[in-house]
This record gives sequence, C-alpha cells and structure tokens, in this order.
Amino acid sequence: MELLKKYPKLFQWLFLLAVFFALCFAIDVPETYKFIRGQAEFVKDPNQSAFVFLGKEVRYYAFDVFWRLPPLLGWLPIWINDSLFFLMNDWMPMEFWNEDTQEYKTRPLVLQITRNLTAFMTFLIELIREILLGGLETIVAFTSWDWIDANPWAELPGLPWTIVAAGSAILAYKLGGKGLALYALLSMTYISIFGQWKPSMQTLSFILVAAPLSFIFGLGLGVAAYKSKRVEKALYPILLVMQTMPQYAVLVPALVLFGVGDHAAVIITMIVAVPPMILLTLLGLRAVPPEVIEAGRMSGCSNWQLMSKVLIPTARRDILIGVNQVIMVCFSMAVISAFIGAKGLGFNLLLALNQLNIGLALEAGLCISLIAILLDKMSLAWANKQVDYFGNLNFFQRNKNSLFFGIIVIIGILLAYFGSIYFKDGYNYLFEVPHNKGISTADFWNKGVDWIFDTFFVYIKAFNTWLIVDVLQPMRALYLRMPAVATLVLVVGAGYLIGGVRSALVVCGLTLFIALSPWWDRALVTTYMATFGVLVSCTIGFTVGTLCFQNKHSTNFMLNVCDIFQTFPSFVYLIPVMMLFGITDTSVLIAVIVYATIPATRYTIEGLRSVPAGLHDAATMSGVTKFQRLFKIEFPLAFPHMMLGLNQTIVFALFMVIIGAFIGTEDLGQYILKALSDKKGAGIGLTLGICVAFIGLIFDNLIRTWVGQRKKHLGID
Amino acid sequence: MSEPVIKCQSVYKIFGANAERMLKEANGNVDAKTFQENGCIVGVNNASFEVSKGEMLVVMGLSGSGKSTLLRCISRLTDATGGKIFIEGQDLLNLNNKELIDLRRNKMGMVFQSFALLPHKTVLENIAFPLQIKGIKTEDSINKAMDMVKLVGLDGRENYFPRELSGGQQQRVGIARSLAVEPDIWFLDEPFSALDPLIRKEMQDEFLRLQEKLQKTIMFITHDFDEALKLADRIAIMKDGIIEQLDTPANIVLNPATEYVRKFTEEVPREKVLLIKDVMDEITSDDMGDIKVSKDEIIENVAEKILTQEKTVAVIDSKNNIVGSINPAKIINTVFGGRKNNH
Repeated sequence: MELLKKYPKLFQWLFLLAVFFALCFAIDVPETYKFIRGQAEFVKDPNQSAFVFLGKEVRYYAFDVFWRLPPLLGWLPIWINDSLFFLMNDWMPMEFWNEDTQEYKTRPLVLQITRNLTAFMTFLIELIREILLGGLETIVAFTSWDWIDANPWAELPGLPWTIVAAGSAILAYKLGGKGLALYALLSMTYISIFGQWKPSMQTLSFILVAAPLSFIFGLGLGVAAYKSKRVEKALYPILLVMQTMPQYAVLVPALVLFGVGDHAAVIITMIVAVPPMILLTLLGLRAVPPEVIEAGRMSGCSNWQLMSKVLIPTARRDILIGVNQVIMVCFSMAVISAFIGAKGLGFNLLLALNQLNIGLALEAGLCISLIAILLDKMSLAWANKQVDYFGNLNFFQRNKNSLFFGIIVIIGILLAYFGSIYFKDGYNYLFEVPHNKGISTADFWNKGVDWIFDTFFVYIKAFNTWLIVDVLQPMRALYLRMPAVATLVLVVGAGYLIGGVRSALVVCGLTLFIALSPWWDRALVTTYMATFGVLVSCTIGFTVGTLCFQNKHSTNFMLNVCDIFQTFPSFVYLIPVMMLFGITDTSVLIAVIVYATIPATRYTIEGLRSVPAGLHDAATMSGVTKFQRLFKIEFPLAFPHMMLGLNQTIVFALFMVIIGAFIGTEDLGQYILKALSDKKGAGIGLTLGICVAFIGLIFDNLIRTWVGQRKKHLGID
Repeated sequence: MSEPVIKCQSVYKIFGANAERMLKEANGNVDAKTFQENGCIVGVNNASFEVSKGEMLVVMGLSGSGKSTLLRCISRLTDATGGKIFIEGQDLLNLNNKELIDLRRNKMGMVFQSFALLPHKTVLENIAFPLQIKGIKTEDSINKAMDMVKLVGLDGRENYFPRELSGGQQQRVGIARSLAVEPDIWFLDEPFSALDPLIRKEMQDEFLRLQEKLQKTIMFITHDFDEALKLADRIAIMKDGIIEQLDTPANIVLNPATEYVRKFTEEVPREKVLLIKDVMDEITSDDMGDIKVSKDEIIENVAEKILTQEKTVAVIDSKNNIVGSINPAKIINTVFGGRKNNH
C-alpha cells in the first residue's frame, strides 16, 4: 500500500501491461489466419468475404474481430482512386484551344490544368538544364521544330564545366570564405573528371527549379499563417502529417495527376518541401521581438511595409534556415523521384542498384553526397552571414565577384574553344566530360566488394543467419501475435496515462485508422522493424553521445559528423549495406540503424549541453563525482530533450524502413513500391503513406505530451 | 491655456475574452479581483489626465502596474477597452487605419526599452527608416538622418550596424529614430532601464539637454522613482492599473496621497528634489539680510548660503522681484524634520 501511494503511475502502468498480456493470452489465433491477408487489389481468394461500397467490392478475410478488426476502411483507397480518375477524366469537360492541331478540343478541366502546369514545369527545368548542358527544347518552346530544322545554328550551347565549377567556387567564397570555395571547386572538378557531370547537372537543374518555387510558396503560406489564426489552424494538421509521411508515398498520387518525369517530380517535391519552409517562416516571424514590431508601427508602417521591411528582414536567419531545409528536401526528393522517372544522379543510382552494380552505385552515391554537403554548407553559410555595409566601397570592390565571374566565363569559353581544336577527333574534355568517358572507379569497388564477399562471406553469413533466425523472426512473430484489440488497449491506455483523455482519443483515432485499413499486418511488420532499429539506434546514440560529451573537441566533432550524415539523402545509405550484406532484411535494418542513430546521438549531446552551466558548477561545488553528476544532474535534466531525439529517431527509422522496400521487405513500404508500378495505385499509395505517417504520429503525440509535462515539471523551457 | 496635447478620459484596458461586456456591466466600478476571477486582467483602470504642450509627464510604477499598457493605449499600439483619448483634439479611438498611420508618421515618436532597432540596417538607415516609410526621397531622408546622428552625438558611427554598438549607443540611435520625423509628441517607454547606472545618468542628462532644445510634449515611462523626480514636470504614480497620484515632484514628495506613494518618497533626499519655492514662506515684514536666493534653486545648492545667515533670506524670481522669504530654521526642518516624522 505504501508503495502504491508512493508510485501511483508505476502501478497504473503495471496494470495496463497486465491487461495487455491478459488479452494477448486470452485471444487465440484463429485457425484460418495466415500472415498477410491479401488485400482485395492483389489477391483473390475464395475464403474472402466481401462488402460493397460505392458500387465497388471490398474483399476481406472474416476473422474474429478481437483478433483483427475488419477492414472497414478498405473502400477508402478505391474511393480515392475513383475520385482522382473522375476528376482527371470526367469532371467539368471544357473546350480548349489546341495550338498544335489548331482546333478546339474537349478536355476535362483538371486534366487541362495539370497538363498546363506540367508543361510550365517542363519548360522551366529544360531552360535551366539547357543553360547548364545545352540543348534545343527551350528554343523550340518559343518557335517550332520546323524552325529549328531550318536554322541549325539555333541551340543553347550550355556552359563548359570549367565555368560552372569556378562559378560555384566564387559563390561559395562570397557566402562562406576560402574553405568552402576550395571544397566547391574540388567537388565540382571531381564530379566532372569522374564523368558524372551530366546527371549531376540534371539533378542540379531540378533543384534550381524546385527550391525557389517551394521557397516562394512556403514563405507566402508562412506569412498567411502568421497573419491569420484560421489559416494556421487549417494548415496545422497537414504540416503535422507531412512531417511524418514518407516522401516516397507522396510520389504515387503524383503519378496519376502529373504523369511520369521531371515535371511531376518537381511538383511533388514542392508538396514535400513547402511544409518545413512554412514552419520555419512561422517560427522566425514569431521570434521577432514585439518591440521591433511596435517600433515599425510607430514609424508609421502600413501592414505591407511592416511585413516586407520589418518582419521578414528581422526574421532573415530563420527564413534562410528554412531555405536550407527546402534545398535539402528538394535534393533528397531529386534522388527518390528517380522512381517516377526524374533524370539525374538518382536515376543512375537506382539503375546501378537494380543491376547490383555496387561500384557504379557508389560513384553516383558519392557525387550525391558531395553535392548534398556543398548545398547544405552554402545555404547555411548564407543564413549565418550578416549583412555588411557597402556604401563606401567603390565600384570595383562592390562588384568584384561578378567581375571575376565575368572573366571566368571568358576564360572558360576560350578554353572550351581551344579544347575543340585540341581534342578534334574525340570528346572535348574542356567542355564536358561525357558520362562514360571519365575516370571510373566502379571496377575497383566491384572488385573490393567481391573480395569482401570472398573473404568474409562465412562470417557475414553467420551473422546474418543468427540475426534473422534468433532475433528478427521471433520478434516479428511476437508482434504479429498481438491481437488488434490488445494493441489498441495498450496504445490508448498509454495515451491516457500520459496525456489524459485528449491524448487517448487522438491516439485511439490514429490507431483505429490503421487497424481498420486492410494493412494492419503489414503495419505491424513496419512497426517491428522500426522498433528494432530504434532500440539499437538509441542504445548506440545515447552511449556515443554521452561518451563524446565528456570532451569538448569530441562533442564538436560528433556534431559535425551528425551534420554531414544528415545531409545525405536516405537512399544513399542503402549502397554500403547492400555492398556488405546483400539483399536481406539485415541490410535494411542496418541502414535503418545507421540512419536513425544520427538524431539519437545529436539530441543526446544537445540535451546534455543544454544543462545550465550554473547547475554544473553548483553540483561540482557540492562535491559530486563525475558519475554522480552525470546520473543525478545531467541525465534527469537532459532527458526531455533526449526524448525528443527518440521522436526523431522513430521518424527517421520509419522513413528508412519504408525505403528499405527497395531492397525487399514485406511491410507497408513494399506495397507503396507496388503501388508505384500500378496504374490504379494512387489511392493505395496515399492511404499507405497516411498509415505510416500515423504510426509516426502516435509516438509523436505520446512523446511530445510527455516531454511537455516533464519540462513544465522541471521548469525548463 | 490652449487645448491639451494629450487628453485621457476614463481610459480602461482590460485583457481577456469578454472584457468589453464585463466593463459595461461593471458600470465604471472596476474591481481587479472580480475581473480576475472571470478570467480578465485589468491593465489600466480609469485613467484620466491631460498633458499640455511642452510638458513632460513621467508615468512611474513597478512592473505590472500598467504603465506600459497605458502608453500603448495612447499610441494605439493596443486598443483601449473603454474611455476616450484625444490627441490634439482628435479622437484617437475613432481614427481609421490610414489616419492612424498618418498620425504616427507625422506627430508621434517612440523610444523602446530594448531599443528595437532593425538588425539589418545601419545606424543611418535605421534613423532614416521612418522617413523612408513616409515616402521621402532617399537622399533627403539620409541627409535628415545625418542631422539626427549629429544631434545625438553618434557622428563617425553612422555606418555601423546595431550589433556593433554598446547599449547606450543603441539607445541613442533609438532616440534619433524617434525624432527623425520631428514629432510633436514623444513617447519613451523605459528608455534607460536596460542601461548600466553610469550610462543611464549620462543619458538622462543628454535627454534633458535635448528636451531643453526641442520642447516636445513627452510621456516618459519608468520604474525608477529617482529618474522620475529628476526628469518630470509632473509624475503619475501607478499601481495595479490605477493612477495613485498625479502631481509635481515636489508635491508628491511633500504630500504623498497614499501609503503606497509615501513608501517611495521616504528615502528621497528632499534637499535634492525640492526647490526653494516649494518650501518658502510668504513675504514677511521681518528684517531681511542682503542675500537673496532665486525661487527656482534646488535647496541643496543654496542651503549653505542660507544656513550661514541668521536672518530670514529674501526669495526672488527671475525678474529680481521679491516673492517670498525663507529662514534657516525652515531649511533645517525641511531637510531633517520631514524624515523624522516618517520613521
């Protein structure tokens, strides 16, 4: 009784667990149950029952409802699909003038809009692509193919790689000084010499279109949300879901609306990249001190002047951090968009991975990483750069960078011209190193992989077998053995104990959505993989973070490492693991662990660092040992922040598990991948994406609520 | 006397969801406690006063007393819940957005506690900001701003950014910015509170010098009673949104209206605050010596002169007419007597 009074929460939790296990043991596995009940779309089985919704047949296995809830939401993907198709093909047909055939044509409105939108995007991408690489399309867009045939000189020449490389170095110098300039020059030169120029520029042109557009929309919506509570409330749930939605899942509906190719990828990239921009704009505008706003008002600013001259410039840094986020998201989407046919490095990477040519994949991956780091560092340098005063500089000083770039352009063109004379017969290496004519290290890597396999095959295999047979399979079986009702009780109970009725209701809604969808089993597999990844990642991350924190240099070093690893698009992580572990669940899980360890480590260090120095000193003066200080002072205070790290770790792990479908898993991700190649996959893909997002949001809600209370309790902000 | 520049009639500011309804129901009898129980917080409670041209009114109160809220009502950075405010006869609360912006662009200047400079603009650009907002040509506004830079003694630093300046210098920029449009009314919201004591004193002297020159109508907010005494023509002391006493510094020191005000005055060295005219007696027929003192002198400055006399001393005005008398006993009484009574 004493204990019960002292730790009421503990007993509540024990009681919840007891109920959960009781339910697990009480509810038997139905005899007809077998793993992965097929969804109506994919499997047709005489044992299935069916119900009709909106004229569509939804098929399902009739199990004991306590074991698995019936897929009452099975109609949702079908309905989404039908609505999309209706919108695209039948809704509001109108007469549109067709330029090519010179006649009016009847077309549904949405189709016409999306086609015009894609045409516009294609034009923008081609324009930038041809500035960088040369080509005809832009001129054709203004004239016609016939005109081009008649005027063979009319072609955008493209910039020689020397100019682009030197130009990026100058830009890097202006933003971040000599070090960054050197890095820019070296990485660009590397890309060119190793024959990755063309795909790199394709990727870059994609980003140069997607990032500015996302920035504009994000800033606009952020400002709107700042000004109007209603807009903010309307945007909030979308922002929340988009944060935990795997980028991959958004690709599927894009296919239906916009087709295949770069243009569709750009539009979908914007959908993914705008939310972080909105959030950071909002954050930045909110952080403007109220007195600065009042000063603006008292200076007689109109609303527009207040926004453009006071608020946005004062929030400059946060907004530019938003730009950094936008660029990084665009970049990672540029890679993933290869699945819907975007050209560039991602496409090469995908191709190489499909052919299991690890060497080629590694080369593409390296270029992706180099560019990612470059873009990240440059945009961050821009954000952190403070405005300088230019008034008393003369014309040359003010414009030295532009002047220098002008000179570089002339030199580059001259070099390319001499190159065309010198390399008369072959390729002009001073203009562009063709894709397969650069130095290639693929063979070397492939041999290395072979060697690793030959030498360590036995050990790797043994490890693999042990992990799968002794750890993963049992864990998976345990997860699948949970009756749906028991899981629901556990999750809702946890919600209630942590955040009261409100949390319980939210969590219940999210869980029910997944439970009532046809993919509960798959969701369990996703969760089991993510759980395994998160457990290992957190153990590693918390340990490494704590160890590194003991020393200032190692702290900074580790944070830098985290920074760099975080810039890599998630897809890149698959290369080395496939190299070592081949195509198994182990590969996916190792990629998950590596990827998810980053936030775990970072938040551990940041949490420990946020412990006030005064407390640190006070503890030292009370004569604590290092360990006492760590366990009695630092851990308790840093724990809320570390839990936020756990939250991020979960999101990262989920993303990676989903992308792991590319290697071959049997969870939700695999269905998303399937939906990508299915003509009627849009609804399924979207619903699956929402399921994954909801898994993330369940944990997000619980953790955030807990952290909020804990912080209040500790009196830290 | 002509129309007051600022005139407040029963101004209320109440924060909360249904503040307006509650104010109406209270019928002019606002009690902070009952409001708080209903989820409303009373910021300003029935403030009525006038400020005439060229006068400096200092509003003094501790944090949470509603002094800044009152200022924000009068500059309409926040809308008063009830009452009327007139700026040079114009009904402030009835102005539309355009008229309000016009008023701020031409008639009002404001200085803030945290300086509130724009971080991305240089000193010169910050000062020129209100002019450019008005739509004045860049060249003219920069010239005007340069004059302001000189006025506050920042020449040579006009191309610095706020981040490169000390607190005192930043506030000089804030002052220059608020004066750039040559406003008639000058609001200062604890302008020197964020500064070190030595710098604060320097800035107060600088401020008095400026006011001597410019003769603006001023509302000055502070939580420092000494600062209020030093600067004010009149002081309004606020507590819980209510103006406890509004009077000249001398009257507040001599006749505190409430117990709360008295607490502030207890520790004040009277000889440093009071003027001869505040304590002098009527003209008497007593034999007066040759020494005369001006009625506008601070007691401290002439105390020695008077105390060395045995006779009553004549008090004169600026035109050398005798307007009163003061004897040494009175001085002693003022300096020491008042204090004894209080303890």
